[in-house]
Amino acid sequence: MSTNVPTQTGAIAEAPQRGLGRRGRKPISDRAKAERKLGWMLCAPAVVVMIAVTAYPIGYSFYLSLLRADLRFPDQREFIGLDNYVTVLTSSLWWSDFAHTMIIMVISVSIELVLGMLLALIMHRALFGRGLVRTVSLIPYGIVTVVAAYAFLLAFSTPSGGFIPHWLGIEHDLVDQGHPVTSFLVVILAEVWKTTPFMALLLLAGLALVPDELLEAARVDGATAWQRFWRITVPLMKPAILVALLFRTLDAFRIFDSAYIIGQNGTNPKIETVSILGYNQLLNRLNLGLGSAVSVLIFICVMIIALIFIKGLGTSRPGEG
Amino acid sequence: MGRRGIVLMGLAVLAMALLAGCGGSSGGQGAHLNFWAYNEPGGTFAGAAKRCTQQSGGRYTIEFHALGNDPDTQRQQLVRRLAAKDSSIDIMSMDVIWTAEFAEAGWIKPWPQAAADKVKQGTLKGPLDTATYQGKLYAAPANSNTQLLWYRKDLVKGEAPKTWDDLIATAEKMPKAGRIEIQGAQYEGITVWFNSLIQSAGGQILDGPDKVSLAPQPTEAALGVMAKLANSKAADPSLSSQKEDQNRLAFETGQAAFQVNYPFIYPSAKENAPDLFKNLGWAPYPAVKNPADAGRKAPIGGFNWGVGGYTKHPQEAFDAATCMRDEENQKEFALKGGLPPTLAALYDNKEFVKAYPFAPLIRKELQDAAVRPQTPLYSDVSLAIYKTISPPASIDPKSTAAKLRDRVKNALESKGLL
Repeated sequence: MSTNVPTQTGAIAEAPQRGLGRRGRKPISDRAKAERKLGWMLCAPAVVVMIAVTAYPIGYSFYLSLLRADLRFPDQREFIGLDNYVTVLTSSLWWSDFAHTMIIMVISVSIELVLGMLLALIMHRALFGRGLVRTVSLIPYGIVTVVAAYAFLLAFSTPSGGFIPHWLGIEHDLVDQGHPVTSFLVVILAEVWKTTPFMALLLLAGLALVPDELLEAARVDGATAWQRFWRITVPLMKPAILVALLFRTLDAFRIFDSAYIIGQNGTNPKIETVSILGYNQLLNRLNLGLGSAVSVLIFICVMIIALIFIKGLGTSRPGEG
Repeated sequence: MGRRGIVLMGLAVLAMALLAGCGGSSGGQGAHLNFWAYNEPGGTFAGAAKRCTQQSGGRYTIEFHALGNDPDTQRQQLVRRLAAKDSSIDIMSMDVIWTAEFAEAGWIKPWPQAAADKVKQGTLKGPLDTATYQGKLYAAPANSNTQLLWYRKDLVKGEAPKTWDDLIATAEKMPKAGRIEIQGAQYEGITVWFNSLIQSAGGQILDGPDKVSLAPQPTEAALGVMAKLANSKAADPSLSSQKEDQNRLAFETGQAAFQVNYPFIYPSAKENAPDLFKNLGWAPYPAVKNPADAGRKAPIGGFNWGVGGYTKHPQEAFDAATCMRDEENQKEFALKGGLPPTLAALYDNKEFVKAYPFAPLIRKELQDAAVRPQTPLYSDVSLAIYKTISPPASIDPKSTAAKLRDRVKNALESKGLL
């Protein structure tokens, strides 16, 4: 993100320069060598901490995913290679949960993008009370996800006394197993409500990069507001949009808390997501092998999503594509 | 006073609170026992802890900690700590289906001979079976539970139906099709139903702790009953998401003529629907084939008190657990919480039977109840079953039976994603 957004305005001029600079730096003097060594030493503590808190757990869960490891039968632990992955990938449950996750991800991120853009434009254009508008619109993002999810559950679930079914004159529970469509809607609504401000914030940073002169010049040339938005603002802030989308997509794929709470502690199989699946294997069945395999697969999915986006980012920079 | 002063004062208060906290837990005499249990809505489990603390004369203090409301959450909370060898779980309330799993993993202690003999004395056989694994007593049955067929005497003329077919036919024939309230959601409750049906049809889910049975004929008969009910006019439209409490509510609000449920609905109806309560009738749990079998192979549930495998005060814990299931406490569980006792003596107590009029029927059902499979992998087996048979409306007896055999077999090998 840091490399893309700031270079935005000068991207056309900068791109070739950077390439030259890298090539010119090839012969290294003693002094530079010493500095580099010092640099490594200064980074070392941070690198060690990173390895301890990220690399080790990732490596350990990968190792566990190759074992038959069930905490209920600690003596039966054995190495079984990729068997756990075969089990997961051939299970219809993994694929239905994967589909649920994708549905929630695609729909909620699309709605968030549209609403977030509107919110960003409002925050950008606000003539008075700008600080107030920005603060107010950020409130949902400041609320703990579990709390927000409970608020939605209590509003929509009839047995919990929800007022919304009552208003709509609906007697059944909107978020139980028998009503998958409304269950999805409520989860998506909760997600959108909670994370649109985050999207808006990232888009606002992109909007600030669109030079006013360009927009004014276009207006003088007779472009309508719609044309100015689509032809100037959107292309110029494309990197910011993609970064915002990447962040939200990765987040949405790992969705756990809202779906778990609104699914009444994960008991509504119709809105079970891959994260809940992994949680069930690990903490309900205490099957560390299978659960770790699910976690590793989620990690791989996240990597694939990130790769697609980063490739997309690299090729779509204005002035290069 | 500046900002610094405030910070210092805050620290002082915090330190005092910490010191007081330490003093409290180590200063008292006698053993401090943590009792992790379902927070029975009538407050009787917490009440038992209090009563036994007083009766112990300072030998031990039982502190009550509430677990979640549904059995799955309760199990999760306990299992997570027990797998990490938590020594602060001294006594716990265990659903009857956890015995084998907890015993095999060493999470609960087997009862020493003397204490076990005390528990066995006067306890009904059904509940005792649920607390026994491979010949050893692993828990003290605190209360039992079984389902009856409840019906409205103002709607059902004559005798209540004795078989499932009869029940469905009677309900469908009612002028305003009489609904049958039963548990159809994807959770333990539907496994309970299936287990009773298959045993009533002469089959079994497992053959011993690690072998699938599920013989085709009884399995298909059991699944056939479920599919028939789910697709009949007598089914509640939200059958596929109903659990015991939704059944109770629907019945209390007058939406159903029948409900198959535990006796907790009795005190509840008395309180919430006095008019309906006057016409509340009960009958033996329906049979699959033979009307004479009604009341046989009914579900059996309830709670047993287990003693934590890593407790530091085992002797006191066994004594406290024994106390918390004595006659006086079990009477409270039954009268205030609607939970049937495990001690035979109570069923002969006239005063008790007067307040709990279906007691003789419950006692009869408990003698030949359908105990759920006793295997350390029970939770996996049950998951495999309920994920396969719910929603009941989409059951096709033949193909569902085949799928069921497959998944249960996988579950027993600790394989497969559930």
